[in-house]
Amino acid sequence: MAVRAKHQRLVLLAVALVALIGAGLLATWALRSQASYFYVPADMAANPPEADRAVRLGGMVERGSMKNAPDGVTVNFIVTDGKARIPVRFAGIRPALFVEGSGVVAEGKLGRDGTFVADNLLAKHDEKYVPREMKDMQQARKAIENTK
Amino acid sequence: MLPEIGLGLLWLAAALAGLQLLAGGLSLTANGKGMAGIVRPVAMVQGVLAAAALGILIWLFVQTDLSVKLVAENSHSAKPLMFKIAGTWGNHEGSMLLWVTVMGLGGAFVAAVERRLPEPTMMATLAGQAFVSLGFYAFLLFASNPFARLYPVPEDGNGLNPLLQDPGLAFHPPTLYLGYVGLSIAFSFAIGALITRQVGPDFARAMRPWVLGAWIFLTVGITAGSYWAYYVLGWGGWWFWDPVENASLMPWLAATALLHSASVLAARNALRAWTVMLGVVAFSMSMVGTFLVRSGILTSVHAFAVDPRRGGFILALLAIYIGGALLLFALRASTVSEGERFAITSRESALVFNNVMLSSILGITLIGTLYPLFTEAMGTKVSVGPPYFTPVSAMFAVPMFVVLLFGPMLRWRRDRFSRISPLLALPLVVALIAGGWAWAMGVRHVLPLLGLALGPALVVASFLPLRGRSVLRAPLSLWGMVIAHAGIGVALFGMASDSAFTVERLVAAKVGEVNQVGPWSIRLAEVAPIAGPNWTAMEGVLKARYDGGAEVTLRPQSRTFWAPLQTNAVSALKGRWNGQLYTVLGDETVSDKGESRWQLRLWWKPYVPLIWIGGLLVALGGGLALLSRVAQDLKRRVARAKGGNRRDEVAALAQGDTAQGDAAKGDAA
Repeated sequence: MAVRAKHQRLVLLAVALVALIGAGLLATWALRSQASYFYVPADMAANPPEADRAVRLGGMVERGSMKNAPDGVTVNFIVTDGKARIPVRFAGIRPALFVEGSGVVAEGKLGRDGTFVADNLLAKHDEKYVPREMKDMQQARKAIENTK
Repeated sequence: MLPEIGLGLLWLAAALAGLQLLAGGLSLTANGKGMAGIVRPVAMVQGVLAAAALGILIWLFVQTDLSVKLVAENSHSAKPLMFKIAGTWGNHEGSMLLWVTVMGLGGAFVAAVERRLPEPTMMATLAGQAFVSLGFYAFLLFASNPFARLYPVPEDGNGLNPLLQDPGLAFHPPTLYLGYVGLSIAFSFAIGALITRQVGPDFARAMRPWVLGAWIFLTVGITAGSYWAYYVLGWGGWWFWDPVENASLMPWLAATALLHSASVLAARNALRAWTVMLGVVAFSMSMVGTFLVRSGILTSVHAFAVDPRRGGFILALLAIYIGGALLLFALRASTVSEGERFAITSRESALVFNNVMLSSILGITLIGTLYPLFTEAMGTKVSVGPPYFTPVSAMFAVPMFVVLLFGPMLRWRRDRFSRISPLLALPLVVALIAGGWAWAMGVRHVLPLLGLALGPALVVASFLPLRGRSVLRAPLSLWGMVIAHAGIGVALFGMASDSAFTVERLVAAKVGEVNQVGPWSIRLAEVAPIAGPNWTAMEGVLKARYDGGAEVTLRPQSRTFWAPLQTNAVSALKGRWNGQLYTVLGDETVSDKGESRWQLRLWWKPYVPLIWIGGLLVALGGGLALLSRVAQDLKRRVARAKGGNRRDEVAALAQGDTAQGDAAKGDAA
């Protein structure tokens, strides 16, 4: 009996381990192939993502680039990191702190015409909450401001 | 003076936690047995002192005492009272104080009422609880003093992030904290049981109500948090797989698994090592999650550089508690793992399957949440979002839901599938009808189709364990299980509906213009300025008709707060039995001709409130189960108080758990 009880425990342990390791492998595989990668404009220009893949683009909204389309809901602007400029189109209600010269992370897909079509814009909530990717952009912003 | 008193109380509470650890530990040795008497009272006083310190901090916030740094940074005199109170824990230091308070009060409560465990295990448990608390006291006192003064005293405070100025969110963190910290008690029980090697059904029965209580708070907290994100952020989504959300989901997954494995241990004395392990993991997930959120590490890995002391402290605490507990587990696992056997087709097997699936989803969530931190440390930036989390976790959730259709009907130890297979015809038919209906409605994506078919089938299947029983005489704990499982089905249907049926429109509307979204026609009647206590807003007045029916009014706002200065959209919702209309007012746009239009975002979301109704049903089921445990416990105490000549009755009641847990078996016999 005791031997068989031990046997059962080993089987259970094996099943649990296989499932958990399987989950881990699946997770790593999925992360490699499906994670939405973060791009700065220079990366995106040099090595564009496939057209239908969801990615994030982060940078500064170039001053003077923001243009409202006649439909009243679409806005076109340029995201830059000082090295490259990517045109972005967004239809929707803009976040409160989304203004020219400020940082933004756009979630969406790169269109075939080279315009990034955003379906979500992450801007700063306030001085304390800044999207993780945007922290480094404070430096990029200073660099851009200094060149002007 | 008051802040200094608060700080003094905190030091005193920390000293008592030290005493509690010392006395509890000594009482386990041959010479220190005499120390046992003081452990319980010390635990109670410690909890009360921590609560008093928190009370003082709340009072300082209510008074807006700007000489206290924390108040000045996070509050403002013009804020409504409720948000002054909520501001107490809407920041790092205050939330850590809330954490130790809940932990202290939890320990005090255990010390006061828990009499089921053998005395040495109880002492080890309270010592363990004190050990964990001590780390947090040290963290507060050395790295995050909430009572620090500020000089010169500013004229007014910074205010609270407007996104947090919402009644739903004001009481959201305390609810989650009650859950997190309730799991600390399960953790301490596990440590205590490992130290004294007393891992058996008694341990599981003593631990279960605490896990159940913590799990109910977590369920309510997550459900409320999801609804808050849905209506306050104005994005119309209910779950974003945001790291902050994952931080609350991970302990919930572990606690759900623990709840189920503890019932196997309580009823059948199996899964001993596994249950103890989950007890350790569940609280570890609370700590990992809270610290990921509260340390700022998620906002940026560079937060460590900003305040290396705090970050280092956090890592050290995690290493000591999680590492120490796992080490203890590794040393003792072999001595506690003897347990009863069971067949492949049995209730135990179904519960093991549920545990493995929940653990896998937990693993996937943890990997996905931490992955960006690792890659960023390596120099690559990555965002992990729904495209990863949703399909990968569904691969484990769907099989789990399928087993949930029949698992609760299986008998303990050994069963035949042929016994219950005829009963499965009903959920199968329901799944086919629901799936067919969804297909006819034009749903073509796999996951929404599966959800729409499985949800109703789960609701029906959940009630099957009640068959053949008188509805009124079925045990409360059985009803708890039925309602909680049905709630999962209800929530699943709501989640699938959101992705399957939602209709969205984004328009720039002139005043007077009518727009259509799904069956609704919506007229923008006017846009007018209004003012609140600490904000001004533009308010849109929308007159909406469902399918030509009666007119209802919605008032979405675009609010501007002045302390701190920022704007955010406040959505307006209108619920019907079959869904919810969701509206957001955006910016004004003026055309070249000087024509003014307002951005409006309109969603028609059929059945989407079922997500949160389902969540609340799950919590309600847990509440019924807890109530039945408490009632049993009271009966047992009364019986014990009546004296030794009623031993049989006491013994019979002690068996009650097994009998009740075995609900499905009884009616088949």
